[in-house]
Amino acid sequence: MAKKVGMEVSVAIGEAVKLANADVVAAYPITPQTHIVEHLAELVADGELDAAYIPVESEHSAMSACLGSAAVGARTFTATAGQGLELMHEVLYVASSMRLPLVMTVANRALSSPLSVWGDHSDVMAVRDTGWIQLFTENGQEVVDNVFCAFRIAEDRKVLLPVMVHLDGFHLSHVIEPIVFPEQSAVDRFLPTNKYPLPLHPDKPVTMGDFAPPIIYSEAKWAQEVNLRASKEIILQTWQEFGKAFGRHYSPVESYKTEDAKVLLLTMGSFSETAMTVIDKLRGEGRKVGLVRFRLWRPFPFEEFRQAVRDAETLIVVDRALSFGGPGGPVCSEVKSALYDEAKKPKVVSFVAGLGGRDITPAGFETIINKGIEIAQKGSPNEFEIFGVRD
Amino acid sequence: MQNYNVYVPRLVTKKDTFVPGHRACIGCGEALAVRLACKALGQNVIIASATGCMEIVSSPLPTTSWKVPWIHTLFENAAAVASGIESGLKMLMKKGRIAEQEITVVAMAGDGGTSDIGIQALSGAMERGHNFLYLCFDNEAYMNTGIQRSSATPFGASTTTSPAGKQSIGQASWKKNMPAIAAAHNIPYVATACPSYPFDLIEKVEKGAKTPGPAYVHILSVCPTGWRCPTDLTVRMGRLAVETGIFPLYEVENGQYKLNFDFPELRPVTDYMKLQGRFRHLSEDLLVKIQQRVTADYASLKEKASDDEK
Amino acid sequence: MAKSEGELTWRDLEIGAIVTEPGNAAQYKTGDWRSQRTTYDFTKCIKCGLCQIYCPEGCIQQNDDGHFEANVFYCKGCGICARECPTRVITMVLEEE
Repeated sequence: MAKKVGMEVSVAIGEAVKLANADVVAAYPITPQTHIVEHLAELVADGELDAAYIPVESEHSAMSACLGSAAVGARTFTATAGQGLELMHEVLYVASSMRLPLVMTVANRALSSPLSVWGDHSDVMAVRDTGWIQLFTENGQEVVDNVFCAFRIAEDRKVLLPVMVHLDGFHLSHVIEPIVFPEQSAVDRFLPTNKYPLPLHPDKPVTMGDFAPPIIYSEAKWAQEVNLRASKEIILQTWQEFGKAFGRHYSPVESYKTEDAKVLLLTMGSFSETAMTVIDKLRGEGRKVGLVRFRLWRPFPFEEFRQAVRDAETLIVVDRALSFGGPGGPVCSEVKSALYDEAKKPKVVSFVAGLGGRDITPAGFETIINKGIEIAQKGSPNEFEIFGVRD
Repeated sequence: MQNYNVYVPRLVTKKDTFVPGHRACIGCGEALAVRLACKALGQNVIIASATGCMEIVSSPLPTTSWKVPWIHTLFENAAAVASGIESGLKMLMKKGRIAEQEITVVAMAGDGGTSDIGIQALSGAMERGHNFLYLCFDNEAYMNTGIQRSSATPFGASTTTSPAGKQSIGQASWKKNMPAIAAAHNIPYVATACPSYPFDLIEKVEKGAKTPGPAYVHILSVCPTGWRCPTDLTVRMGRLAVETGIFPLYEVENGQYKLNFDFPELRPVTDYMKLQGRFRHLSEDLLVKIQQRVTADYASLKEKASDDEK
Repeated sequence: MAKSEGELTWRDLEIGAIVTEPGNAAQYKTGDWRSQRTTYDFTKCIKCGLCQIYCPEGCIQQNDDGHFEANVFYCKGCGICARECPTRVITMVLEEE
């Protein structure tokens, strides 16, 4: 029987990795990811998780050790945040380009300077193009469920790609929530043993990581792009299978009260739950507003997204990261790009808010929605609006 | 000794797992060192390589010079990748997913990948005690990118980023003592080697591979291109590096120093340096300064070795 | 390696561009880099094999008579074997000659 327990989300991730029977965890501590790796170290130390825990000396080495471990066919997990994700940056490309399946949870955090250990999406957006499959989660249950899904997706013979599961630092990583844990046997049924097809082993020597002269580099990159795009089919299948097995359902773009909505708010991560309460309130006042959230960030869910927003008049995108000197919040610029060629599309308004752990309260979301509607009608001289900055 | 050397080649396996057709420069001492090291490693090995000369010459897609499993990912992380390989293999064997067998995990890198950009990953992997062998193929500069200085470049050498000039003697700092840094991690086995002493090199790589825990072998690899010397002098140059005391061959086993080749009298450093274009600009004064340093360093190494013998 | 790098399509590449044919670089000819080649006076050869040990290419093999000889397909003409041969069997000559 699945059991429901109250648990800190970071600890719950450790429990999920245990249920997933990871073979190797290589990690470097960084706030607000620490409770995840502390719990994993404890599980290994107590013999509850039969894995090697490699306490590496940096995030660069954490991801590098993961490459080695995944390349021999071991089920591999790590976690990081903020600066750690940036220190891994170049290694992230290698993991996806070499098609090494591994799973990483990222407790999303702002970037220095000034130093901030608190949450936003600056770290995620900086690694947007690293070729990883990337999922956003909004609560503890979603993180736990998607850790299972992430392993299955990553290791699928048709995918073989690394997967990042994003959760907001502190706002999600450090809260205690009721979480349903499936039985070990159910997880085992859902998540078969990792069988990497071309592992490093003396029985069948392979060479991994050749260099490519110009005559063949483009072919290698295109193969990677085709593969990442095609992974969406397996991602959808996996969520479907998960829904069948465990009764909780996930989709690339999730909609809340969007039927007949004229105004849509778009968010990612744990702030979506606050946004929902505001949608409820405004609906109660008779206003036709709804909420759209990205669950799948890469590969970008073009069709599902266009479908989700096509009937609205206004789409207000709330980014939690700046694209310095750029065309607005990074998510918003992708949203605009995805809609550009559509005949029927909403007006898109870009807000940047919630940087470095700053809360967006329900009242804040209400202000964003009202101001967004006004901008959609009257226009604005700005590429985007910054919300909540003292002037 | 001479006669012993002449007939021992017959005892060395003819089998190469680093095969011809590689794109190393003519007379490359590093390719020779890798080839000999691979003879010592045999088939049951997995190699994690750093970016560098040996990576570039051996792996242009879709080809490989390697007959053993080999992975290259980045410049500074060979030791970290090896950590993951070692831990992964250990767990897969423990869980019965692959058969129990001895597989030597090797990380290899050049001097830049070891003593500069990769030193953190290497230090971490040695400190954590992974069962792996690290091979540093030291050609004393970033040769792959065009002879730029590294921390392993010797004092006075002219490179493209430490050029000799009116205001410059070439490299102004002394070569970083990487084997001593490795030994300071208290790992069970550290050694220096040079392919000019092939049987010694093979023996040390074999020993490093068999050592439980981290082992580090630092291999001087003569680079005719970067050192500006004739290609046929590669082996002779390595011998001179040893005979002048510039690159002594020694082991540090469980902290105990042992000098493998000692000479009643060292040859003058000029015997070695005069043959190389990178030192051609050096004044007599500087050569004397280098000689003094080499003599002193050699004496202190010898003292360590003789203390440990007692 | 049925196709050369210029003929391979993206579909031909293994996952992650992994190379599954060990040592297939041996098909690559490095012999044409050579500006000088080895010549032998085998009457002096004591078949010690030192030349083979010291060859950076690993391209020296024993011929039918047991003498060691460089494979011209790979030999880059460095001259190490000639320099190290204890009985001076090998002489390097310019390729033009």
